[in-house]
Amino acid sequence: MDLKWNEFIITGDPLILGAQISILLGSIAAVAALTYFKKWTWLWKEWLTSVDHKKLGIMYILSALLMLFRGGVDGLMMRTQLATPNMEFLDPQHYNEVFSTHGVIMIIFMAMPFLIGLINYIVPLQIGARDVAFPFLNNLSFWTFFVGMALFNISFIIGGSPDAGWTGYTPLATNDFSPGPGQNYYLLGIQIAGIGTLMTGINFFVTILKMRTKGMTLMKMSMFTWTTLITMLIIIFAFPVLTVALAMQTFDRLFGSVLFTLHGDGNPMLWVNLFWVWGHPEVYIVILPAFGIFSEIISTFARKQLFAYKAMVVSIVTISVLSFLVWVHHFFTMGNSAEANSFFSITTMAISIPTGVKIFNWLFTMYRGRITFTTPMLWSLAFIPNFVIGGVTGVMLAMAAADYQYHNTYFLVSHFHYVLISGTVFACFAGLIYWYPKMFGHKMNEKIGKWVFWIFIIGFNVCFFPQYFLGLDGMPRRISTYLPEDGWTGLNFISTVGAFLMGLAFIIFVYNIYYSWRYAPREKTGDAWGLGRNLEWATSSSIPPHYNFAVLPEVTGLDPYWDMKEKGLDQQKNVDYKPIHMPSNSAVPAIMSVLMGFAGFGLVFHWYWMGIVGAIGIFITMIVRSFDYNDGYYISVEEIKETEAKANK
Amino acid sequence: MQRENGTFVNSGKERKGSRRMLKKLKPLSLLLFLALPLMLAGCSTPEVLDPKGPVASQQSDLIILSIIFMLTIVAVVFVLLTIILVKYRERKDHDKYSPELHGSMLLETIWTIIPIIIVVILAVPTVRTIYSLEKAPEPKSAEAASEDPLVIHATSINWKWVFTYPDEDIETVNYLHIPIHRPVEFKLTSADSMAALWIPSLGGQKYNMAGMQTTLYLQADEAGVYDGRNANFTGEGFNEQRFKVYAEEEADYQQWVEEVQNSAPELTQYEYDNLLIPGVYDDGTAEFNGTHLQWIDHSKNAEYTLEAWDRLGYEPKNPHAKDKSQNILPEDEIPYYQQDNTVDYSDEDMDNNEHAHASHE
Amino acid sequence: MAHDHNVNPNAPLEYQSEVGRLNITGFWTFLGAEIALFSTLFASYFALQSRVGDGPTSTEMFEAGLVMIMTMLLLTSSFTCGIAIHEMRANNVKGVIIWMIITLILGAGFIGYELYEFVHYVHEGVTLSTSAHWSIFFILLGTHGLHVSIGIGWIILLLIQLARRGLTPKTASKVFISSLYWHFLDVVWIFIFTCVYLMGMVS
Repeated sequence: MDLKWNEFIITGDPLILGAQISILLGSIAAVAALTYFKKWTWLWKEWLTSVDHKKLGIMYILSALLMLFRGGVDGLMMRTQLATPNMEFLDPQHYNEVFSTHGVIMIIFMAMPFLIGLINYIVPLQIGARDVAFPFLNNLSFWTFFVGMALFNISFIIGGSPDAGWTGYTPLATNDFSPGPGQNYYLLGIQIAGIGTLMTGINFFVTILKMRTKGMTLMKMSMFTWTTLITMLIIIFAFPVLTVALAMQTFDRLFGSVLFTLHGDGNPMLWVNLFWVWGHPEVYIVILPAFGIFSEIISTFARKQLFAYKAMVVSIVTISVLSFLVWVHHFFTMGNSAEANSFFSITTMAISIPTGVKIFNWLFTMYRGRITFTTPMLWSLAFIPNFVIGGVTGVMLAMAAADYQYHNTYFLVSHFHYVLISGTVFACFAGLIYWYPKMFGHKMNEKIGKWVFWIFIIGFNVCFFPQYFLGLDGMPRRISTYLPEDGWTGLNFISTVGAFLMGLAFIIFVYNIYYSWRYAPREKTGDAWGLGRNLEWATSSSIPPHYNFAVLPEVTGLDPYWDMKEKGLDQQKNVDYKPIHMPSNSAVPAIMSVLMGFAGFGLVFHWYWMGIVGAIGIFITMIVRSFDYNDGYYISVEEIKETEAKANK
Repeated sequence: MQRENGTFVNSGKERKGSRRMLKKLKPLSLLLFLALPLMLAGCSTPEVLDPKGPVASQQSDLIILSIIFMLTIVAVVFVLLTIILVKYRERKDHDKYSPELHGSMLLETIWTIIPIIIVVILAVPTVRTIYSLEKAPEPKSAEAASEDPLVIHATSINWKWVFTYPDEDIETVNYLHIPIHRPVEFKLTSADSMAALWIPSLGGQKYNMAGMQTTLYLQADEAGVYDGRNANFTGEGFNEQRFKVYAEEEADYQQWVEEVQNSAPELTQYEYDNLLIPGVYDDGTAEFNGTHLQWIDHSKNAEYTLEAWDRLGYEPKNPHAKDKSQNILPEDEIPYYQQDNTVDYSDEDMDNNEHAHASHE
Repeated sequence: MAHDHNVNPNAPLEYQSEVGRLNITGFWTFLGAEIALFSTLFASYFALQSRVGDGPTSTEMFEAGLVMIMTMLLLTSSFTCGIAIHEMRANNVKGVIIWMIITLILGAGFIGYELYEFVHYVHEGVTLSTSAHWSIFFILLGTHGLHVSIGIGWIILLLIQLARRGLTPKTASKVFISSLYWHFLDVVWIFIFTCVYLMGMVS
């Protein structure tokens, strides 16, 4: 690629310049602070090389919050540009880059890592395990995600961001129509992060299948663990499709193959198919764990067992199977045969059946319960009506003949924001607040939390509800501006106001993290809400010790911790401790992933030597790992006693 | 137990808050529910629900049918949720609390079967409409029945529309004239990126794809000027890729055709190839005598645009390049244009449909 | 891990430790993902098979003899790999190493022929850029070939470990896993042989 030296760093845009300066200042401040407080060793030894699932979970969540900020700013920039007609806040090229990165970041670098972070922290606790099946791999997963994220995110200051949409449709995304490094960032950033996701999939699938504590049969697992298991299964079968598709487009752009190009008899529509064969299961990857989180919270704060547990399990399994059979509904308008469109219409509508079953089961979990309105519960309750609005419009979109009118419009945009925000984002907030005392030893302030909730919910509806009508009025998605005579001004303006309300709520949420860290009372027991039902609440201290359970709990039924409390049992007390075997930390994943990032960055600019050097480096780290026979270490009985005594004070 | 204490203290504080919240929640959900019809009534009817032809009205009917069903579902869930939240919120005398209740065969069966019934009810008209949209709309009168649909090739080019009337041998850029009460058979293709032809007032969209042809039937029953555009993202000039549709009486339409035939300049291949260079059409609209089909049918040859770029000296450039100037060669410096490059697509009609479908297998 | 280190002396060596068992389950799961990966490549191959553009077709390029030799090499290597595992069950380190080396030589022969085939095509003017058909041909076969090459490198590392440490539950589970991988690649090749070469030569 003939990239000129003065095109390497993006210049000339005040917004980007501002971002560049703040990133630079932010990095300098972080480095200075770590040096001043002598925290480098602590950071490296306690966190970056840690194989502890709890620490990895927290690192995932912090990265995801950062990405929620970045993706949110992208969203606000889009809404600002669309607030009034003929706006000149962003030029079309910049707008295209912003909505492309908004989509990728929110799905791949926000929603997934946020949920994977919660899964990392909670699932091993819920199955009564001391760690995951492959702790080394877990750290590697985090690092590949992090490096992929970093690579993708620097695109807007170095070389230029991808601008072909988060779907990267060919032929638009081929070299002929998207020259420059932008789309390469998309391909390599997602590829590197995707490898990590696949490893997470394998890791947690095996963890849940093989490492459940004594007595916990599959049908005694918590609903969050169930949804995680099924999600991981979807990841295992869907992510390789993405890996291949990305590799194929990378070959087209970097090595001259002609798979999706207009020349050489390529077939651009193959990309569209492959993308959605991964893409549709992907939306269930981000929604099933959310369902799990809501199930936990609703059941906890209604003080009742989840209604129709078996039906819930059956419905998530059904959803996971159907998720692989509906991808064509993303392009009903491709001129498919009537038979094909009818088939995929019906399979898509069929997904609403198990989903509807779940909605009613959640409602009836609260029936004859004792509902307390804590913040996590509020988010979970708000999920139901909002998700139903998103869901029913999904059924409308599934009707292919009508979809010809909704496709590519704000009706669709509104639909998927309704399901993804009220599903995934609400779940992330709900889950984080719910498990916050488990992670940090204190709750988030409830009063501020309620302000956040109400501002966000109102902002969300004000932002996205009008968009249904914009869609029906013919406003296509991805346009960077519109004309006064289009008649879309009023609703667009309202929508922008709503978006800024959500932004405000996010700021207050971050403030609440600080406020609670300073002022919230510290929890004294493992069961912070007093209503815990599953094993994550059965730990001896609020933040579980490194080894989670001094003695692995035994389970006899659903909601095991509730059961123990009813029977007045404390399995962690007055027992003979045995030494606990734990895995050792490792620096290999961090080094290996940074090398991946190095290779990826080189390939973005067609600097093949960097790719080769990086690849050799990666192989060397693999060899190092292969010869590593470190079997971990034992925590002595004295140390366990000491830790447990402190916890039971 | 500690749990009991903990929650009682907790809920005492929470309860005031929660009751206040419930009061807020009810009007909010009510507001949401009422907002839909209000917004429908308040604003002018959205374009999609104000059909101007048989295709759009079939779709509009389907949409309204589905909205009715969906509003019912939303209403049921909202009402149920509100009742449950009010009735079973934490209070001092929780005599209704029955934690042992966690399943009911009857209820579960009901809410499995009802959605199945709704899906079936919606699937039938959906499938029927899908099939119906694959054919030209049914003619209303015997006179209209004798007429074949008007064939127009709609070719998307970054970032403009070229409409070709093969039987009339004319071509327009960025605007369209059609007679009313007569089905129009759009043959869609693209010279480059994937686009979608969409005229909301007349009916839904379909993709334009290079190297493939798709067919879209539309018809206007009311004279008027409608907005049409590319609905599928194609890059920098995507916004501007729109056009006006002039739907008029048959006589007016014929008059327009004759005017173009008599007064429009002849289309040259060099001029057409220049259209293939990505960009917004500076002159807004244009019309030509003769069509580009004499040299190229993009549904048969996806590579043509790239070849034309090569001939003209156009090079795609990094959007962040400092120097984005292009050096397009004048016609007389390119030997290619001095020769006759006419292509014969006479077997066109035979494999049209096969081609469009085969490419999706 | 916090995995128990209880050793079950009745199980085969590679299944004796908790870590070994987990690794084997994990690897089977990974093979599930690999199946999805190769299925995607095969599906893409079928989608692009007829898109030869101005380039030659498979029928014009494929040579039956070469492919037969490659197939025999890989099939035999799978067999010798099986013998190596058999030797492992008999607790014979030497046998494992010898049979694994034979496996690797056969695998290297396969890779050699594949490289020869690719170079030959390039000389004939058929490259990654010739047509969509040949792009996906090189990518599908290249992916398989890369897997085999990585397998060779990996097993060499394991043999060094085996020579140094002998047969332990840990080395045994590693060798067993690598054999699973090797057999899997053999199965993939059978599909390539059938779907790419046989069908390509017939049509």
